[in-house]
Amino acid sequence: MGEWWTTGPIGTSVGNYEISNISHVTMSPSRQNNLASMYSSLPLSYNVLGAFCTEDNIPQCVSYINQELDALGLSTCIEASTPRAAGLNSVPALNAMYELMQIHRRHMSSLEELEREQLKKSSTLDHVQMNNSRLKDQLELSMREKSGLHETERQLQLKIKTLQSCLKTEKDEVQKLQSIIASRASQYSHDAKRKEREAAKLKERLSQLLVDRKDKKLAIDVLNCLGRSDGKRSHWRTAKATVGHEGEMYKSLLNDYEASQRTLVLENAELKKVLQQMKKEMIHILSPRKPSPRGATADDSQEQANSDGEEKAGDCSRETLDQSCEHAREQLANSIRQQWRKLRNHMEKLDSQASLVQTQLECNQELILRETHEDEMERMRREVQQCKEFIHAQQQLLQQQLNTSFDDETAALLNDCYTLEEKERLKEEWRLFEEQKINFERERKNFTEAAIRLGREKKAFEEDRASWLKNQFLNMTPFTDRRRCSSSDGQSALSIKSEPEMRMSSTKTPLVKSSTYTPFSTPKPSLSATVPSTTELYRSLRLMPDSSSSRHSNRGRWQESSSIEDGDVGVKSKNRVRSGDLSIFSLGEDENSLA
Amino acid sequence: MNFSEVFKQSNQLCKVSPDGKYLATCVQYRLVVRDVSTLQILQLYTCLDQISHMDWSSDSLFILCAMYKRGLVQVWSMEQPDWHCKIDEGSIGLVSSRWSPDGRHILNTTEFHLRVTVWSLCTKAVSYIKYPKVCQKGADFSRDGCYMALAERRDCKDYVSVFVCDDWHLLRHFETETQDLSGLEWSPNGCVLAVWDSCLEYKVLLYSLDGRLLSAYSAYDWSLGVKSVTWSPSSQFLAIGSYDEKVRILNHITWKKITQFEHVASINSTKAVVYKEVEKRTAVGSDDLSLHNITIGTTLFNTQSKYEICPPPVQIPVVKPDPDRANPKIGVSTLAFSSDSRYLATKNDNMASVVWVWDMQKMSLVAVLQQTSAVRCFQWDPRRPRLALCTGNTKLYLWSPAGCVSVQVPAEGGLQVQSLSWHCSGDSLILLGKEQLCLCYMDQEDK
Repeated sequence: MGEWWTTGPIGTSVGNYEISNISHVTMSPSRQNNLASMYSSLPLSYNVLGAFCTEDNIPQCVSYINQELDALGLSTCIEASTPRAAGLNSVPALNAMYELMQIHRRHMSSLEELEREQLKKSSTLDHVQMNNSRLKDQLELSMREKSGLHETERQLQLKIKTLQSCLKTEKDEVQKLQSIIASRASQYSHDAKRKEREAAKLKERLSQLLVDRKDKKLAIDVLNCLGRSDGKRSHWRTAKATVGHEGEMYKSLLNDYEASQRTLVLENAELKKVLQQMKKEMIHILSPRKPSPRGATADDSQEQANSDGEEKAGDCSRETLDQSCEHAREQLANSIRQQWRKLRNHMEKLDSQASLVQTQLECNQELILRETHEDEMERMRREVQQCKEFIHAQQQLLQQQLNTSFDDETAALLNDCYTLEEKERLKEEWRLFEEQKINFERERKNFTEAAIRLGREKKAFEEDRASWLKNQFLNMTPFTDRRRCSSSDGQSALSIKSEPEMRMSSTKTPLVKSSTYTPFSTPKPSLSATVPSTTELYRSLRLMPDSSSSRHSNRGRWQESSSIEDGDVGVKSKNRVRSGDLSIFSLGEDENSLA
Repeated sequence: MNFSEVFKQSNQLCKVSPDGKYLATCVQYRLVVRDVSTLQILQLYTCLDQISHMDWSSDSLFILCAMYKRGLVQVWSMEQPDWHCKIDEGSIGLVSSRWSPDGRHILNTTEFHLRVTVWSLCTKAVSYIKYPKVCQKGADFSRDGCYMALAERRDCKDYVSVFVCDDWHLLRHFETETQDLSGLEWSPNGCVLAVWDSCLEYKVLLYSLDGRLLSAYSAYDWSLGVKSVTWSPSSQFLAIGSYDEKVRILNHITWKKITQFEHVASINSTKAVVYKEVEKRTAVGSDDLSLHNITIGTTLFNTQSKYEICPPPVQIPVVKPDPDRANPKIGVSTLAFSSDSRYLATKNDNMASVVWVWDMQKMSLVAVLQQTSAVRCFQWDPRRPRLALCTGNTKLYLWSPAGCVSVQVPAEGGLQVQSLSWHCSGDSLILLGKEQLCLCYMDQEDK
C-alpha cells in the first residue's frame, strides 16, 4: 500500500494522472477492489460520465476542486498556471494533494480503529448473548424447581391436614378415655364406698356379736393394781375435767404461739436493724454524690429536695421504730424503697457509663493493651526465670564452696572477721593482763620482802629455840621427862603451824571467793613476829592444786585465756599470786589465832 | 470402737429401756433383761408363747410382750419380778399393742381394726375406741405424752380424734379433707398435727391442736404422691418424701415449701461429697489414682475405711421400677433428721444402695453414701450429728460431717447387721442380725 501511496503523487505530478488513474482502475481491479473504500469517497461516475477533467474544462475543474477543498476546510487554492494552458500551478496542487492524502490516511486509521472496535463489540455481543441464554436456562430451571416446591408444599399441607384430623381424633380419643377413666374412678370409688360401708357394717356386726357373746376370754389379769405414774389418783370424768382439758389445751397452744411470736419478734427486730442500717448506708452513699453528677437540671434539684425530705422521714421512722407501729413501718419501707430506686438508677447510670467507656476503650485500646500486657507478662516471666537461674547458680556456687575445703582466700576472708573480733578481745584481755601483771609484781615484791623478813625472824626464832632448848636441857635432870616435854612442845608448835592449813582446807570456798574478788585489794599484811616459816608456805602452796580447779572455773575468762597465751609464765604468776594471797590470808589467820 | 459378744435374739426384738439402763431382748418365748453397762442378766421372764412384739414403758419400769397369734399381752415389772399382768383380747384377735405415754395403759388394736382397747393397769378398766383406721400410721402420741391423735374412718370419711391421754377424754374430733388418710404425726412441740393422704393424691394437711386447719399443701396432681413425712426435732421443718423422688421441706410459719431436694441419678455438684463403698478383695492398692482413699479410720476407729471419694460427675445406679405393680419401688421412703435438726438423711427406693445427707442450714446436699448393697436401716445418733447405717452385711457404716467409715463387726460367724438402734446416750449402738445381736461401743474421745 505504501508503494502505491508513494507512486500516486508521482503520477499526478507527471500530469497524466487521469490516465494512470484509469489505467489503475482498469488494469488492476484487484487493487481497486482492495481500495474500494478509498474510491468510494470519489464520485463513482468517473468511468460512466467520462473524465472529470478534460482539456476544455480545466478552469471549471480547478474552481470546482477549489470549492471542494474550501468545503473540506483547506485554504490552498489551485490555480491554473496559465489561464490558457492546461497546466496547473503545481505547488498548491501538491499541497492540496498532500493534505488530502493526510486526511485520507487519518480516515483510514480511524476506520481501522472502528473496525477493531466493532469486532470487539460483536464479541461482547456474543458473550452477552451466551450469558443471556444461560440465564434463560437458569430461569427455566428455577421455575421448574419452584413448581416442584409448590408441589411438595401442597403435599405437606395435605399431610398437615391429615395429621390435624388425626390429632383431632386422638384428642377425641383421649377425651373419651379420660371420661372412661373418670367414670371408672367414680364407679370404683362408689364401689369402694359400698364395700367400705359393708365392711363397716360387718365390723359393727362382728363387734356387736363379740359383745353379745360376752367373750369370757377377754380379760385383764393383774396381780395388783398399779399406782398412776404421776402418783395421783384417777379422777372421775366430769364437766369440770373437760373444761380443764380444754383450758390446758388452749394454754399449751397459747404457749406455743407466744414462743413463736417471741422468736418472730426477735427476728423482726434483727431484720429491722439490718434494714435501718441498709437505709443509713444508702443515704450515706447517695447524699454526697448527688450534687456532682446531677447538678444542673431542675429535675435533679427536685429529687434532692425529695431526698432531704426522705432523710427526715427516715430519721423520724428511726425514732418511731421501737414503737413498731404500722405507720412507721410503712414510712420506713417506703423510704427504703425510694432510696433503693434511686440507688438502682444511679447504678444503672454508672453501668451505662461504664459500658460506654468500655466500648470506647474496646474500639481503640483493648487489643493493644492486651498485647502490651502480654509482652509485659512475657518480659516479666523471662526476668523471673533469669532471677531464678541466677539464684540457682548462686546456690550452687555456695554449695560448692561449702563442699570443697576452704580455699585460702575465702578462709582468710572468713577468718578476717573472726580474727578481728578475736583481736579486739585479746587486746582487751591483754590490757587487763598487763594491769594484773603490775599488781602481781607489786605483790611479789611485798612477798619477797616478807619472805626475807620471815627468814630473818625464823633465824631469830631458831636461835631463841636453841637457846631455850639449851636452857631446858640444862635445867632438866631426868632425860625422859625432858624428852616428853619437848615432844609436847613440838606438838604444840606443830599444831600452831598446822592450824592455818586446816583452816585453809575448811575454808576453801570462801578463800577462793576472796581470791577471785580481792586479789589485788587485799590488805597489806602487817607482819608480826610470829609469822610462819617458808616451809609452811610451801606446804600450803602444795595444797593449791586441789583448790585450783574450782578456782579456775570461778575465775574470769580472761585469766584462762591468758594461761593459754603464755603457759608457764601465767601459771607461775598465778601460783605466785595464790601463794601470795594465801600467805596473806594465812598470816592474817595466824595473827588472829595468835591474838 | 469396741464390740460386745454376740447374744441371741428372735424376731429382732431388742430394746434399750428409755432411761438407758437396761437392755431387753426376746429369745423365742423368753424375755431377757440385761444391764446395759455390764451385760449381765438381771431378769428373765417366760411368756406363754413366742413373743411377736415387745416394748418398754416410758418410765422403764414395765415391759410389754405381745403374742399376736394368741391375742395375748403380758406385762412384766422390773421392780417386782413376781408381779405379772396378762391381757387377753380373746377371739377378737390382736394386731398391735402399745403403751400409752404414761406407762399405765396399754392400747391394743384388734383384728380388722374393729376397735382399740385401752387397758388400764391402775384400775383394770377397759375402754374402747371404735372405728380406728387401717393405715400406714393411724395413731400418734404427742411428744409430751399429753395427747393422742387417732385416725378414724366413719361413713367413708376420714376423721381425726384427739384424746387426752390422762383420762382418755375425747378432746377434739374433726373431719379431715383427705380422700384416704394415710398417716398422721404430731409436731415435736405437740401443737401441730400433720395429716397426709394416701399415695394416690399428694396432699398434706396441717391441723392445730384444736382442730383448725392451718394449711394444706399439694405439690402436684395426677401422680403418686406422698410416701413419707417427718418433722424436724425443732418442729421448724416438715419434710415430705414423695414418689417423684423429691423431698419437699415446708416451714413452720407459712407452711409453704422452702426448698426441695431432688434425688438425681447423676451428681454434678462439687459441694457434695460422694463416698463410694468399695469392696477390697485381694488387690489392696487401687489402680485408679484419681480416687482418693481416705483413711480416717486409722486414727478414729483403728480400721481402714473402704470408702472412696468420687470426683463430681457421679452416676448413681438406678433400678427402674415395674410400672405394672402396686407400690412401686420408687420415691423417698425414709427420712430422718439428725438430733440437732442440722442434717436430713434420705433414701430413695429406686436407688436403694444410696443414702443422701442434706444440710438444712445451707439447704443443699452434703454427702452421698453409695453402698455396695441395698441400705437396710439408718439412724441418727441421738446426741451428735452422726449417722449409722447397715446394709445387711457384716459391716457397720458411720457418717459424720468429718467423714465416713465402715467397720467390720468382729463377731464370730459374722453378724449380718439387719437393723440397728442407738443407745439414748449415743455412746453405744445395738446391732441386730437375723438371730443375734451385738453391742457396739463408740470411743469416747471421738467427737
